Amino acid sequence: MLRVCWKGAHAAARQCVCGKVKAHSLQHCRKYSTAGDSGSTAGKIVAASLLTVGGGLGGTILYAKWDPKFRANVEKSVPYSDQLFEMALGPPPPPLVPLQKKPGKIEPLQISSLSEASKESKQPKAKAKKSDPAPMEAPPAVEEAPAPQTLEEASAEAAHIISALGEVPSVPAPGTSDESPPGHMAAGEECKDHHEPVLKERPAEEVTARLAQQDKAEQDALAALTAGLEDSLGSTAKTTLQAIGAQEAALTAIAAHTNKLKDAMDSQTPPDEKSAQWKALNEALSERTRAMEEAEEALLKAKGELEKLREVINGAKQSKIDTARPQILAAEENLHSMIVDLDKVVTKVQTAQTEAKIVSQYSELVNEAKAQFQQELANITPEIQANWKGLSGKLSADDLNSLIAHAHRRIDQLNRELAEQRVREQLHIEVALEQQKLEDQKALERAVVSALEHSREDMRLEQEKKVQEVREVMEAEMRTQLRRQAAAHTDHLRDVLKVQEQELREEAQEILNSRVMEQETHYRRLTQEQLDTFTLDMNAAYARLKGIEEAIDSHVIAEEEARKAHQLWLSVEALNYTLKSAGADSPTEPLEGAVGVIKESCAENEFAQALATAIPEESLSRGIYSEASLRARFYDIRRLARRVALIDETRNSLYQYFLSYLQSILLFESEQVPPPAKLAPEDLDTFKLLAYATYSIERGDLELAAKFVNQLRGESQRVAQDWLKEARLTLETKQVISLLSAYANAVGLGTTQAP
Amino acid sequence: MSEKELGQKWDRCLADSAIKLGTGLGLGIVFSVVFFKRRTWPIAFGTGLGLGMAYSNCQNDLRSHYVLHSKVAKVCVLIIDIIYYHVLSWSDVT
Repeated sequence: MLRVCWKGAHAAARQCVCGKVKAHSLQHCRKYSTAGDSGSTAGKIVAASLLTVGGGLGGTILYAKWDPKFRANVEKSVPYSDQLFEMALGPPPPPLVPLQKKPGKIEPLQISSLSEASKESKQPKAKAKKSDPAPMEAPPAVEEAPAPQTLEEASAEAAHIISALGEVPSVPAPGTSDESPPGHMAAGEECKDHHEPVLKERPAEEVTARLAQQDKAEQDALAALTAGLEDSLGSTAKTTLQAIGAQEAALTAIAAHTNKLKDAMDSQTPPDEKSAQWKALNEALSERTRAMEEAEEALLKAKGELEKLREVINGAKQSKIDTARPQILAAEENLHSMIVDLDKVVTKVQTAQTEAKIVSQYSELVNEAKAQFQQELANITPEIQANWKGLSGKLSADDLNSLIAHAHRRIDQLNRELAEQRVREQLHIEVALEQQKLEDQKALERAVVSALEHSREDMRLEQEKKVQEVREVMEAEMRTQLRRQAAAHTDHLRDVLKVQEQELREEAQEILNSRVMEQETHYRRLTQEQLDTFTLDMNAAYARLKGIEEAIDSHVIAEEEARKAHQLWLSVEALNYTLKSAGADSPTEPLEGAVGVIKESCAENEFAQALATAIPEESLSRGIYSEASLRARFYDIRRLARRVALIDETRNSLYQYFLSYLQSILLFESEQVPPPAKLAPEDLDTFKLLAYATYSIERGDLELAAKFVNQLRGESQRVAQDWLKEARLTLETKQVISLLSAYANAVGLGTTQAP
Repeated sequence: MSEKELGQKWDRCLADSAIKLGTGLGLGIVFSVVFFKRRTWPIAFGTGLGLGMAYSNCQNDLRSHYVLHSKVAKVCVLIIDIIYYHVLSWSDVT
């Protein structure tokens, strides 16, 4: 323990010391290696943080790729994350379209409609199916499955359409006409593709617009078609005619050639004409070859044109334009007739050719024989030239003998050959017959085939024509029926509408009347109510007005009274105030003004008037002395009165004056003696009186003082005369004023109360 | 003012007496100097004369209110006489 402590202390000490050293060294070290250490640690930190951030980002992006909702959330919450996601993952997946269910609905319908057995049902169903989507489709509806003209075509179309959907394996329909299927297939597929996305019903205006568009397109197509048809027909007719002409020319050429050849073979003609004949024959041959070539060319062209016309007709047939049908039919008829003519002419040419071949074969044989004979002859008689016919006179006997021998030999040969030939005749004939039969059969077959074709074509055309006619008739009839129906319908509608109108009108009228009545009664009631309320209000208002007026009047009166009272009071107060205006020794202002004001202010108040008039004149004119001044003056009076107390009528000499003065000096008495309740005669002494008066006046009782002073006699009386007068005046005025003020107060009090 | 009357009277009286006294004295002195060879008796006489006059005047002045004047006195006296007569006759009767 101790050692541990010791060690610890030691270590601490050491640490302290070494710590410093270490610190130094470490500092040094740190200085060198802090960079490295801190660099490595910083690098580690940086790397770790980068890893974390990258991992977080990568994880976020991956998860967002997997879960679009998460992606949407993140995009919503973190700004600019949508750009990052777009960069990393591409645009966000679009929201699911709810329309994909509808094609599913239509498909079973098609299947059910087309799974029915009868072909006949297929056609109208197909038609119905096609007419249903028709208002929903765009103008490519023109290219849509056309109205099937044959049952086979319809079934083919339906089958092809089904195959386009891929729901049911396609039923290959027996189609004799090889012109429509491919185009139909393509059109069907195309159209079904068009079906799926556009499956909502369009509004009526759009439908009519589209129908109008369709009509217009039809008409345009029709026009184009007719123009095309006419053009092609025209060109075809021209070429066909050309071909026919060429063929006929070839025919005539062949015939001519053959005739010429026959003539040339015919050895009846004189020899000199033979060369001409041969020349002519050559010419004819060349003519024939030329004509043949021309005919071939024309035929090719015509065939090409016919093919083109056929294509055009097929194209026209593929378009659903009913109005073009007669034209198509006519074009087909024309085509057919042209084909027939062309075939006839071709057969004629062919027969002519065969004849010519026979004839040429014959001529060849003859030529061969001739050549052989000539060769023999030439062998026998080399000197004789080819045209030995003209050298009948130039021949020698040897030549003639040899010639005759040769001729005999030849004849023998020929007889033998003939015998042989006769023997083989039958075989040859049989063989030839066989050949001929074969050829005839072939020709027959060909002819039969072509005739069959032609007749089939004819029948088809006739049928089409008939169908067309029937259709037209039916259409016309249907139109008339429809018109009739429409007319009937319109009539019916009109009647019904009339009746309805009538009914509705009546109803409306009734309702209107009832409402009007209601409204009227309501209105009347309202007006009456209004009037009543108004009258009530008016009465009430009038009564109130009257009351108010009365109140106001009474108020006015009361206020008037109050005003007067106030005025009176104010004027009395003014009068009171004027009393205060008395100076120490000077009287107040003349009370005239104030009293005049009072008289004015209460002109109709008799009491006030009387009072106002009761005010002594002197005070009005001169004013009155204040009590204070009177008091002050009283002391003078008192002194004087004391001094002349002895002087009266009997004693008024100067000596008496001196004596009374002496008396006043020597007589000591209290200044103020409270006066008794009753005056006794011995109280009528001047001094006593004066004492009483002093007492009274000290107590503020001027009246009593004046009463006492009034009892003075003699010179004292004379001396106090003025003072008394003043005192009396003051007292009177004050009395009147106090009365007035009391009266004013009373009036004021009386008026301030509610009446 | 009635109280000032007395004062005024006394003022007058004093002034008058001063004047009279002074005049008397003066005259006395004059007379004594002029006529009576500087004897004191004119001075005293004059002074006394003056004083007396002043006294009398003063007294008269002070007394003036109480002294009845002729017409008023006569009428007043007459009225008083009548009243006495009636009073006396009535007392006689009773």
